[in-house]
This record gives sequence, C-alpha cells and structure tokens, in this order.
Amino acid sequence: MNNTPPGLEFEVPILDIESKLKSLLAQPLNSTVEESIRQLRRQWTETTRDIYSKLNPWQTVQVARHKDRPYTRDYLNLAFDEFIELHGDKFFGDDRAMLTGFAKLDRHKVMVVGHQKGRTYKERSACHFGCAHPEGYRKAMSKMRLAEKYGLPIICFIDTPGAFPGIGAEERGQSQVIAESMFLMSQLKTPIICIVIGEGGSGGALGIGVGDRIAMLQYAYYSVISPEGCAGILWKSHQFAPDAAQALRFTSKHLSHLGIVDDVIEEPLGGAHRDHQQMAARLKSYLLKTLGSLTNSSSEKLVERRYDKFRSMGVYLEQMEDGNQNLVGTPITADMV
Amino acid sequence: MAQQTDSIPDSEQIAKKRGVPEGLWIKCPGCSSSIYRKEAERQSNICPKCRFHLYVSARDRLVQVLDEGTFEAWDANILPTDPLSFSDKKRYAERLLGEQDRTGLTDAAITGTGMIRARRVAIGVTDSAFIMGSMGSVVGERLARLIERATEQTLPLIIISASGGGARMHEGILSLMQMAKVSAALARYHKSGGLYISVLTNPTMGGVAASFASLGDLVFAEPKALIGFAGPRTIKATMKIELPEGFQTSEFLLEHGYIDRIVDRSRLKTEIAQAIDYCGKY
Ligand SMILES: [Zn+2]
Repeated sequence: MNNTPPGLEFEVPILDIESKLKSLLAQPLNSTVEESIRQLRRQWTETTRDIYSKLNPWQTVQVARHKDRPYTRDYLNLAFDEFIELHGDKFFGDDRAMLTGFAKLDRHKVMVVGHQKGRTYKERSACHFGCAHPEGYRKAMSKMRLAEKYGLPIICFIDTPGAFPGIGAEERGQSQVIAESMFLMSQLKTPIICIVIGEGGSGGALGIGVGDRIAMLQYAYYSVISPEGCAGILWKSHQFAPDAAQALRFTSKHLSHLGIVDDVIEEPLGGAHRDHQQMAARLKSYLLKTLGSLTNSSSEKLVERRYDKFRSMGVYLEQMEDGNQNLVGTPITADMV
Repeated sequence: MAQQTDSIPDSEQIAKKRGVPEGLWIKCPGCSSSIYRKEAERQSNICPKCRFHLYVSARDRLVQVLDEGTFEAWDANILPTDPLSFSDKKRYAERLLGEQDRTGLTDAAITGTGMIRARRVAIGVTDSAFIMGSMGSVVGERLARLIERATEQTLPLIIISASGGGARMHEGILSLMQMAKVSAALARYHKSGGLYISVLTNPTMGGVAASFASLGDLVFAEPKALIGFAGPRTIKATMKIELPEGFQTSEFLLEHGYIDRIVDRSRLKTEIAQAIDYCGKY
C-alpha cells in the first residue's frame, strides 16, 4: 500500500491482508481458495487485534480523523428511523458544520445536534471540515431550546477539529456563543446525551458538550487543544504533535479514568471506519439504554445532577488547617502514563 | 476562607521577581516610547504619553479597584497539582513551582471579597503573568466557589480577566471542563438574580474569552485590549490572510456589539460602583 495517508502507516499490515482477501474473494471458489480465505481471515483478526490493542495516542488521533470514519449524518442514516433536518439560526445563516433536526429512535422522539464534516471534497468545504461558525452554535442553541420546550431529549454528536478560526467568526462572536451555549445547556430541562464520535476539538466540541451523560467512542479523542496546536506552542514545532498527543492524555481510556467521560462505546475490530453498520448498531443500543434511564428522572433532578457532574471536574490540592494537603479528584496514575 | 499565600501584596518585592516589565524604563507597546517605570506606576500602569494600558498584576488590580484594606481572600488554600504528569520541554510540576516563585501567586486567579466605594462585592482577578493567566483546575475551582458564594450571599460579582492562555494545556481536558463548570455556576447565579460585571483586559483569549469572560450582564473592556477566541497568529496561519487593522481589540468588539463599554483604567472603580447602583437591590 503505497498510498497510505501519513500517520496511518501502522495500518499497512492490515491493509495488505485486506487487499489479498479482496483478490481471493474475486476468484472462483474452490476448496483451496476457501481454505486460504479462512486462513487470511484468521490472520486479519489476529493482526488487527494486535495493532489496535497497542495504538498510541497519536495513532488514535489518526483513527479519529480517518476519512472513512462514520460522521453524524451516517449515524442518522444507519441508527435512526427518521431524521427531519431543521436549518438556520434565524439570525445570520445556516452553518453546514452543525447538523440539527428532529429524529426518531425506536419509540423515542429526539432532537439531534451534531457536527458534520462532509465526505466529498465539496461537502467538506461546505461544512468547513466540521469547524462551526457562531451561526452553528446559535443554530444548535435554538434547536435545543425548541427541544426543551416540547420535552424532547437532546443527542449531541461531537466531531470537530475545533470551532472555526476566522475573521467572520470573531466578528460574529465565536467566544460569546460558545460561552452562551454551555450556560444554556447547563440549565436545559430535558435529558442531554453527548457523544464524542471522532474529534473532540476544544471549545468547539464543548460548545455542544454539556450533558447528563458524556460518552465517547473507543478511538475518539477529546482535548483542550489539538496535538498540533499544543506542539506549536509548547514544543515550538508542529512536528512534535505525537509527543503532545501523548502528553495531553486525551484518549477514551484516560478520560474515563479522569471522570470526564461516563461511558466508552467499543468500536468494531479495526475501528469504526471498517464497519459503519456495526458501529451504528452499538451506538443505537447505547442511546436506547441511556435514554431509557434518563427519561425516568424529573427535569429538576436532571439539571441538578448535571450541575454536580461538571462541578466536580478538576484535580487540585486543598491545604487543610492542620497543614495536611487533601488531593481532590483522580489524577492519571503512573501505570496509565 | 483563610488568608494564605495569596493574601495581598508585597508588590515591591514581587515586582522584582516578575517576568513582566523589568528595569527603570519600559518600552510602551502602544507608542514605542521609553517611559519611566515609576511614572507609569503612579498612573495605574497607563502610558503617560499615549494612555496605553500596560500590564497590571492581579494584586495591584485589587488595590486599584477595592477600597483600601477591605480585601479578604477566599480559597487561597486551593492549590495546583500536576494531574496528567504533563511534560513538554519541562515538567508541569516544575513549571508550577517556577511560576509560583516568580510571581508570588499560587495560581493564575485571586478570588475573594472586598468593598468598592463601600459596596461589598465578590471579586476574582486573573493574572496574565502566571502561565499566561490560563485556567486550569485551580482557577476554575476558585471561580466556581466565588460564584457560588456570591449566589449564597447575594453579592454583586466582578471578574477581571487577563488571560492570554485560555484553558491551560498542561491540565488537558480538566482545563477545558473548567469552562463548563464556571459557566454552569454563572447560570445558577444569573437565575438567582445576581449582577455580574465582566471586565476584559489585555489579553483575554481562548477558553477564558469563550466562558466566564463573555457571560457578564455587563461587559466592560479596557482600551486596546486583545480579546478573541482564536489567536491572531492561528487565524493568520490557518486562513492565510492578512488581518485587518485593529482586529480583536476592545474597539473591534465594541464595534461588533459584544461589549457594553470601553472603560479607562482610571475610571474602572467609579464605573463599577455606578453600575452596581443602577442594578439596584444591593
Ligand atoms: Zn505609550
């Protein structure tokens, strides 16, 4: 495989087996071919399991950004029974980086709010590669208010490299809308489930990330800053992005240890990009289970618990009167480094 | 509530250690002229030639804004640690010690209560000299406790931001989540009817701009402060464009409707007191 995108070289052994399998499957079947296929499949499973059990944080980022990874729109097609898109922020425009609308999931009527990256180049540029402008967050807020008014649970799919950095975005209040959105979400009287499906890029992610349950796909990442941005500032060069990825502790394993993420949704072997159907099925079953448990609580209780959830985030020392220091929160332990 | 290491000033001694303007003379970023440090200090660190608002430490800021001797620090016993075992070229644990030593602060925010022209307020100030004034767990926790106390004690809330660093990278996701934590505390405070005045000073960027700094009932800014979400260099590099003159300044934000007033430092105390009077009940 000479065309492996940079960063995905670790997948080469898997891709080699996959291409061999493909050519075997194209041949007329006989017992020898069938046996080779069986062998290759075993080999594929072993190799993939081996590689994916050892992904480092930088490789995880590559999986989270994989061009074939399912996006919000894919989950809407595969996991939901209906989606009625609602456009516009009723103020400035319709940001394609933020996809919002009514959706049905079995018996549940919900509001979906999610970043959308776009698959083809044309789509990607229309969606600004998943980087929302202020109108995207205003659109999200207006649909979430609507959901609250009619008691619809809200499902947020987070998948963004970050909020859009540009002149127009600054002129139209990028800081303001992200702050307002968190402020709003912390008080909404309806259940909110947030799932990081790919990239959880900083404030742009958190802008639709305040909820009652925070979940994350196994190979997603959720970070205060992109590894490239962090490397640029602290290492003075983007080349150190893999080091920054390691230092930031942003994989699902670290974030569930830190108590930021409630649930990690396991991906199909070899990552969500290899099997959209299976990933969507797992996501759906997670959503159904979680919606079931959240819709039993009163809205007052939900808002109160949501407050306590975010209120308890942070790790610090508390100096006591007797001179002792209490450690509050759960830091990363040596074996997780 | 005990006053500990962050209880006010010994600004003389601290000034010696600070990385920010050293020496007898300082070069004004506004008009490039050399100004005599003592002269600037006499005028609240405003350039006597062009009125550029120079750096002010959190401690000096409290002295400028509060009635003399009225400040009582809260939660100075909340101290930073290194939750991720973070290391770039330097271990974060070491960096913290260095910053504490250099600035005399335990972290980038001081919070507490004091009087502004005899009106009791809850007040928080961030200091851009401590890891760029960035918000990690301690800044988030001190601010959340400040806001909760302001809610319980029905005090007006003043937060003066000077944070070029936004959410602190060295504490990773924990820093990001402080944005949500503090914003949620402000939402409760808002519901209880409290008055929140946010004062933006140079610089207020990233995760600080995109959380508590933007959520004031009233948003004031000092003249010519750099205020924005994405850093100007990031925008320039990503978009490959030249940035317009005055982009992301207080004046730019006023023009686009995001702040209520640009307030000269010499009038800040007066204007805060006035606003509190207009917003009654205190
Ligand atoms: Zn000057």
